[in-house]
Amino acid sequence: MSLEDRIPCPHCGFLNKPDAEYCELCQKPLKKQASKSKRINFAAIPGAPVKHGRIDFYQVISKNKRNTFLLVTLFVILFASVGAAIGYLNGSYETGIIISTVIAIVWVTVSLLFGDKISLKFMNAHKISHDDEPRLFNVVEEMSIAAGIPMPEIYVIESDGMNAFSVGFKPEKSAIAVTRGLLKNLTREELQGVIGHEISHIRFYDTRLMVTISVLAGIIVIFSDVALRSYFGFGRRRYYRRSRERTGEGNILILVLMIIFIAVSPVIATILQMAISRKREYLADAGSVELTRNPAGLRKALEKLKNGNVYIDTASRGNQHLFIVNPLKADRDIRDTLFETHPPIDKRIEILRAMEA
Amino acid sequence: MNPGWIILGLIILAILWVVVTYNSLVALRNRVRNAWKQISVQLKRRYDLIPNLVETVKDYMEYEEETLEKVIKARNAATSATTPGEQARAEGAVTAALRQLFAVVENYPQLKANENVAQLMEELTSTENKIAFARQLYNDLVMKYNTRIEQFPSNIVANWFGFKPFEFFDIPEEEKAVPKVDLR
Repeated sequence: MSLEDRIPCPHCGFLNKPDAEYCELCQKPLKKQASKSKRINFAAIPGAPVKHGRIDFYQVISKNKRNTFLLVTLFVILFASVGAAIGYLNGSYETGIIISTVIAIVWVTVSLLFGDKISLKFMNAHKISHDDEPRLFNVVEEMSIAAGIPMPEIYVIESDGMNAFSVGFKPEKSAIAVTRGLLKNLTREELQGVIGHEISHIRFYDTRLMVTISVLAGIIVIFSDVALRSYFGFGRRRYYRRSRERTGEGNILILVLMIIFIAVSPVIATILQMAISRKREYLADAGSVELTRNPAGLRKALEKLKNGNVYIDTASRGNQHLFIVNPLKADRDIRDTLFETHPPIDKRIEILRAMEA
Repeated sequence: MNPGWIILGLIILAILWVVVTYNSLVALRNRVRNAWKQISVQLKRRYDLIPNLVETVKDYMEYEEETLEKVIKARNAATSATTPGEQARAEGAVTAALRQLFAVVENYPQLKANENVAQLMEELTSTENKIAFARQLYNDLVMKYNTRIEQFPSNIVANWFGFKPFEFFDIPEEEKAVPKVDLR
């Protein structure tokens, strides 16, 4: 191939292959009209706080911190009530409240301290250093420099499904995990887009909120299971009968309300977990673009994920919301439904395209 | 209630506000300084990598003496620069020379296949990116910091304690210009 055939990058002068759309060296778009308007249209992102034509990321961060705090408070009240309900059915609601609150506080503390390491273990992720995966390591370092946060730890999951996720209570103590499939199939530019997305989850304190949500949703599900079993369950008939005998006319209504509450709370918990996670995927995409200044990289990566295999067998309902695209579903036709943790991938690609224009 | 208490309360609130504002300005200023340091760290790394790369590719690229020499010369000029202006110009020349070298390496398939070269290219590409991202962060932070020390009411605290605005980092002209590649 001769040099004459090559397209010089208007930005850095690097001579690219004739079919290249983006500069291999500096990753800027090669077409003249694309490079002219470098302003990124952040207004296209649903639900994003926009200020002076850019996303107000400071607002996003403080909102995440506040929401984390509110959620913990709300859930303390919630599982205290669930505890009261269980206690009431079993004889004494005071005991129920005390036991449930103690368990919950221990659970929250332990999970927030060790939750990140636990989820990495669960997904069979192993830690790597620079010499194991120089390109991945460098890209993560580049993105953390761009974001001005400390370098996260890097993990690799030996799975062919292309996916990535991040964890961490705060940017100083965070980790990013990517699959082998992602490393194999993505170009440097695309990998940069994906890592920018994960770094943005960390710097926006999304990971803190997400960890908290999984912990709290987990508690509610467990508590309502226990409650349902103690009321309808097997081997607990003695309590059931006793509580029935004590139930007077006026208490029937309260009892019904409690049963409804017990039955509904896992549903509420799940929906909450999903609704919260979808909006922040859009924001993390935008955050990635803010770091790389290159919407095309992430866009092309998402297109590959859309058409390829993103399945991970160690992923579960409890951690699916952490990933860049949902690692569970094989069928990705029905995306924008109530029970989906991630926004439709086509919508995300469309938004990134709008930013390129 | 005694109006004295109200006044005392207001004074305490004012002092608290000054303390909080001062602390956040200091934190922001430290982030700006840190970002500046990060740029020098990456520039230093680039100086260290260049001789390695040149040494490795030299044998393969007999006809590219000129390109290689340019890179080395630019690097030496940058390391020995004394004034900030001189250094900025020299850094620009290094970037331009490196880009040209990268473009030329593209033309030598057996060179690209060499694992050593590929590794060094990856490291240099990454370092180039890190320099660019560190500058991007520095400018973003300077923008934030300068806005805060100019904006009311935080400018009052900034004036009291003598917070000075930082200068933006401008990309030198040499880096903006498209380098000419010798076509053979």
